[in-house]
Amino acid sequence: MAEQNGGARGVPLSGKAVFDEELYGGDMTGYAAVAADIDDAEELDEREAAVASKLASYTAPKSLMSELPVQEDGDTEGGMLQSRRIVDRESDYSKRRLNRIISPDRNDAFQMGDKTPDARVRTYADVMREAQLARERDNTLRNIEEKKRREAEEAQLAALDAVPTKASAGPAAAAAQAAAAAAAPGGKRSRWDSAAPVEAKKPKVAAAAPASEWDAVEATPVVNRWDATPGQAPAETPGRIWSGGEATPAGGSRWDAAEQGAQPKRNRWDATPTPGHGAAGVGETPTAGGKRSRWDATPAMAGAAAVGATPAYGGAMGATPMYGMGATPAGGLGMETPTPGMLAAQQAAMAGVPMTPEAYQQMKIDREMDERNRPLTDEELDAMLPGPNEGYKVLAEPPGYEPIRTPARKLMATPTPFGGTPLYQIPEEDRGQAYDVPKQLEGLPEMKPEDQQYFGKLLKDVDEEELSVEEAKERKIMKLLLKVKNGTPPQRKSALRQLTDKARDFGAGPLFNQILPLLMSPTLEDQERHLLVKVIDRVLFKLDELVRPYVHKILVVIEPLLIDEDYYARVEGREIIANLSKAAGLATMIAAMRPDIDNVDEYVRNTTARAFSVVASALGIPALLPFLKAVCQSKKSWQARHTGIKIVQQIAILMGCAVLPHLKSLVDIVKHGLVDENQKVKTITALTISALAEASAPYGIESFDDVLEPLWKGIRLLRGKVLAAFLKAIGFIIPLMDAMYANYYTREVMIILIREFQTPDEEMKKIVLKVVKQCVGTDGVEPEYIRTEILPEFFKHFWVRRMALDRRNYRALVETTVEVANKVGCSDIVGRIVEDLKDESEPYRKMVMETCDKVVRNLGTADIDARLEELLIDGILYAYQEQLADESPVVLNGFGTVINSLGQRAKPYLPQICGTIKWRLNNKSAKIRQQAADLISRIAPVMKKCDEEKLLAHLGVVLYENLGEEYPEVLGSILGALKSIVNVIGMTRMTPPIKDLLPRLTPILKNRHEKVQENCIDLVGRIADRGAEFVPAREWMRICFELLDMLKAHKKAIRRATVNTFGYIAKAIGPQDVLVTLLNNLKVQERQNRVCTTVAIAIVAETCAPFTVLPALMNEYKVPELNVQNGVLKALSFLFEYIGEMGKDYIYAVVPVLEDALMDRDLVHRQTACAVVQHMSLGVAGLGCEDALTHLLNYVFPNIFEVSPHIIQTTTGAIDGCRVALGPAVILNYLLQGLFHPARKVREVYWRLYNNVYIGAQDAMVSCFPRFEDDGINTYHRHELDVFV
Amino acid sequence: MATLSDRFNINAQLEHLQSKYVGTGHPDINRFEWNLNIKRDTYASFIGHHSLTAYHAIAENESTGRIKYNFLQNMLLPCGLPPEKEDEA
Repeated sequence: MAEQNGGARGVPLSGKAVFDEELYGGDMTGYAAVAADIDDAEELDEREAAVASKLASYTAPKSLMSELPVQEDGDTEGGMLQSRRIVDRESDYSKRRLNRIISPDRNDAFQMGDKTPDARVRTYADVMREAQLARERDNTLRNIEEKKRREAEEAQLAALDAVPTKASAGPAAAAAQAAAAAAAPGGKRSRWDSAAPVEAKKPKVAAAAPASEWDAVEATPVVNRWDATPGQAPAETPGRIWSGGEATPAGGSRWDAAEQGAQPKRNRWDATPTPGHGAAGVGETPTAGGKRSRWDATPAMAGAAAVGATPAYGGAMGATPMYGMGATPAGGLGMETPTPGMLAAQQAAMAGVPMTPEAYQQMKIDREMDERNRPLTDEELDAMLPGPNEGYKVLAEPPGYEPIRTPARKLMATPTPFGGTPLYQIPEEDRGQAYDVPKQLEGLPEMKPEDQQYFGKLLKDVDEEELSVEEAKERKIMKLLLKVKNGTPPQRKSALRQLTDKARDFGAGPLFNQILPLLMSPTLEDQERHLLVKVIDRVLFKLDELVRPYVHKILVVIEPLLIDEDYYARVEGREIIANLSKAAGLATMIAAMRPDIDNVDEYVRNTTARAFSVVASALGIPALLPFLKAVCQSKKSWQARHTGIKIVQQIAILMGCAVLPHLKSLVDIVKHGLVDENQKVKTITALTISALAEASAPYGIESFDDVLEPLWKGIRLLRGKVLAAFLKAIGFIIPLMDAMYANYYTREVMIILIREFQTPDEEMKKIVLKVVKQCVGTDGVEPEYIRTEILPEFFKHFWVRRMALDRRNYRALVETTVEVANKVGCSDIVGRIVEDLKDESEPYRKMVMETCDKVVRNLGTADIDARLEELLIDGILYAYQEQLADESPVVLNGFGTVINSLGQRAKPYLPQICGTIKWRLNNKSAKIRQQAADLISRIAPVMKKCDEEKLLAHLGVVLYENLGEEYPEVLGSILGALKSIVNVIGMTRMTPPIKDLLPRLTPILKNRHEKVQENCIDLVGRIADRGAEFVPAREWMRICFELLDMLKAHKKAIRRATVNTFGYIAKAIGPQDVLVTLLNNLKVQERQNRVCTTVAIAIVAETCAPFTVLPALMNEYKVPELNVQNGVLKALSFLFEYIGEMGKDYIYAVVPVLEDALMDRDLVHRQTACAVVQHMSLGVAGLGCEDALTHLLNYVFPNIFEVSPHIIQTTTGAIDGCRVALGPAVILNYLLQGLFHPARKVREVYWRLYNNVYIGAQDAMVSCFPRFEDDGINTYHRHELDVFV
Repeated sequence: MATLSDRFNINAQLEHLQSKYVGTGHPDINRFEWNLNIKRDTYASFIGHHSLTAYHAIAENESTGRIKYNFLQNMLLPCGLPPEKEDEA
């Protein structure tokens, strides 16, 4: 378990998660949210996880929820429109995955041999350099920010100092403001909107600019990159493209450029801006005509300008690419952020497709809108608004203000600095216009709008003949991917298979260059992601070592899956990374991930650590040890050490006790982190050690010898988060120790723990609880010590109402208290909290109740004295009566446990309890009635034990009178209560008598509510089993008819109870009538109904002996109806399965039927008959029915060449059954004819069967193989078999 | 070797199970390989059943340990060297 969460685990669905704030930031949006999610999800069982994942998708801001009145408009909007996209449910932290770049291909050192890698290919060295640069940049930024902050502070202080105390606040503030403004680089920017683009224009200045500007700078080269890319410029969703600020998975991306060799390697941020950027002052001067950039001089552009349709554009901006011309793909130069329209133009220009007039028109309108909605410049505003002369002043931006930085929004917000207002143009009519009907391609699934950017190329009509091999390949892959992503299941299946089969032909590059961008798409849905991941998995398998250059790309896309909230996504991610590491090998994996280990982004480091742990589990821990050792001792950056240690932690969490063989080396690798100068490294080291100790418990204490001392020193010296982590480590190590040491260490650590009992820090609380639990549970710790030293403080600080409010605290406290109780005994603990059962806070009462429940369940009530017993019952009754009507069964469970545990001692309280129950059975709240009935079913056995039969009988009558209950939930509970009463007092003494009770139940069988059905059928079955004679046969027949309907039930338990009831009834009233009913039911259409009927027939045959059923059953086979005949065969199959070796008397009787069925043209006949043969042969093995079975085997055998998987399965099963009954030699003789058949298809089948026989009876076959003669140098003859004495 | 189509269909489990055993065969097996398996199985069976070892020990007038050792040695190349590739066809 990832233990960033501190000691408290479990109770995941609500409450505030705990995390290391220092490490992961103070708010819950970041890593902690994810970590908490994940940790919790892993702790939950599957059902809970399902609930949790459902809950996770129903989120909305609280403010929204509370403000909006919820309307029931009968619209299914919520269900229909609920987004299935992954981004919509992701936390901000998870969304950071979108910021990552799918890096260019890397050099495959293995393939290069001794050659020097091509300059265009990125090598490990390049990547490391880049990582280094990124780190330095980050450091510089931090320093700058720090410095700015300090300067501003100083300025403020100075301003304060400068003003004498007497001075009014006004000038002081003004001075401070002025000082602050002077300190800020953009001091001039009084209007923040316009300032940003101006600033962004000057990358040179950026070093001195605040961090925010880096975004803008980074954004610049993107434009540049697009220029170099002839691929499609993804205009449709600009938001996504910009979100990264760097190469994005969109078509026009960095590696495209790299592949062309146009610009082999790019430094993204530190490159000198291209002249276009440097020169263009267009943004600053709206009248671009005045300042002509040298782009105007480009002849092509000039030409373009001439061709330009509207002089309005052409004159204003020479730099604008000309639409409809496409000679120069020089779009967007000199612009900070191209408008969507311009992007479209670029795209069109690049693709070499002339723009359609409507696109052109559209663009013009866009441009006009942009122009008109352009933000005002400072000058314009100055002209419009009154200035300082009139007594106004321009205020500086408020301190908390942040300019819009998300590029997507910036895109919308950025003014278009070009051009004047275009003139109106009469729209041209285009007769060939395709209205906005989505284009549909033959044989391809529908394309969603957001797919266009990936699959847009497919929409173009091209002559397949003319395409180059590469293009054709690309197109083919695209088609297949589209089918996988959006197609119907059969389409998807065949596409997936083609992709897999041809993976090596397509090559790794073209495949991944298309798959990976799709996976980064923000509109991706779970199902699509699952499918694409599956594609990667299959393709990986095929590509094997060819995948090496793409390892990092794949990791970038797959790593986020490791922290996905969905459990299956995490498993999928692990599987892919494991396969990837097996395909690429350790060296490549390390080379690919090494640069990410000290990445500046915590998100990257976190996911990388998790990925590394998966690699370790795939390739073995020893392979990774040297590397980990080096990383954890990195001198260069604390990030590397932190990540390295975190990898060890993740390994421990992922692999559990499999770390044991390497425990010593793992501890050695991380131990120096405990004395690291960096707090975060210290913390993670302590957490890692606790994870290792938890994984290896209860072994391996000797490996932790080295860390004990630093941990020990640590807990004395440290405070806060680090202390919490250290305590946790100790808490997990102590249980590994010998009793003596454990006792000593517990006493030592307890001093600190008790001091920390009163901490207000939630996280510390949880860790303390966890550690107390661990220590107390350890062998050497004496109960007396706990009683005197720990308990008083423990109860004083933890058993308070506040603890019950947070579910995580709640559970941690209950667990710890139960652990303490296991040591000190039941009465000590119960005595301390029993008074609180009458507390006024409901959650607190529940917590007390749950603790009592668990303690009593573990330890019994033997040491509870009479006084405490009274208090306890009193408290429980109070809690029971006071509980609000909610779902949780805590109080009910507690009640049941305590009463059952008291046993006969409960007798004096029973009348009072029953009085309460009776009173509450008539309550007007349905929930209360239900709880009362549930309580009866729990205490009925105890009442019997206490000889309160009269009371029980009385309750039975009360319940009987309540059978008219209209709430199904309550009715179900009442039936359950009746059932438990019937169970304890028996059929004869039941009141009301069974003959009255059962007719009352028959109509209830019609009820469609599952709970009612289940309880009712259980009760009826019980009566049919034990007290059938109290009810007339006619009533039972009536029930039989009702039961047929219940075979349709969705719940398996109901169907099972129903078929069993058929058996009981048949036993009670004889099989004939029941059988007729059932055989008639074989004619119905529903498959499930028929299957259940056949099961019921088989059960009737089993309970009433087969000879009562078989004649009628075989007679039914004469009905010329497929369903009936199959039903009969199926019933035979179940029948022989149930009766086992009893079948030997009936085989000869059914052989003719089976002969007929095995020769039938209908596949299902043969299939079902094969199943009969299988069960029958297994039942009678060794009972002398070989003749009949050999006969049947001759009928079964020809079916081996069938193609349908179902019949193959049953045929194989039948042959296996015969192998058991007849011995492998017989089957081997059948098989020898086909093992070396000239046709491969035949051989395949025979070898599969041979292998089956071989696995089943390898040893027995030794004596039945044919004799072989020697062949040349090879001796095949087995002389040993000829030896005799 | 299971074909790809087999890998993903209902028989996948069966194929997987079979692939875990060394002595199982496949459609392209040749006489030599099959006999190799058969002979090794035979020796393994003799070694595994003490009564059979004892039987051979009496017949050959050797100790059971020697017999077992011989059988084990025989399992190395029970059929002699593998034939040249050409007769595989």
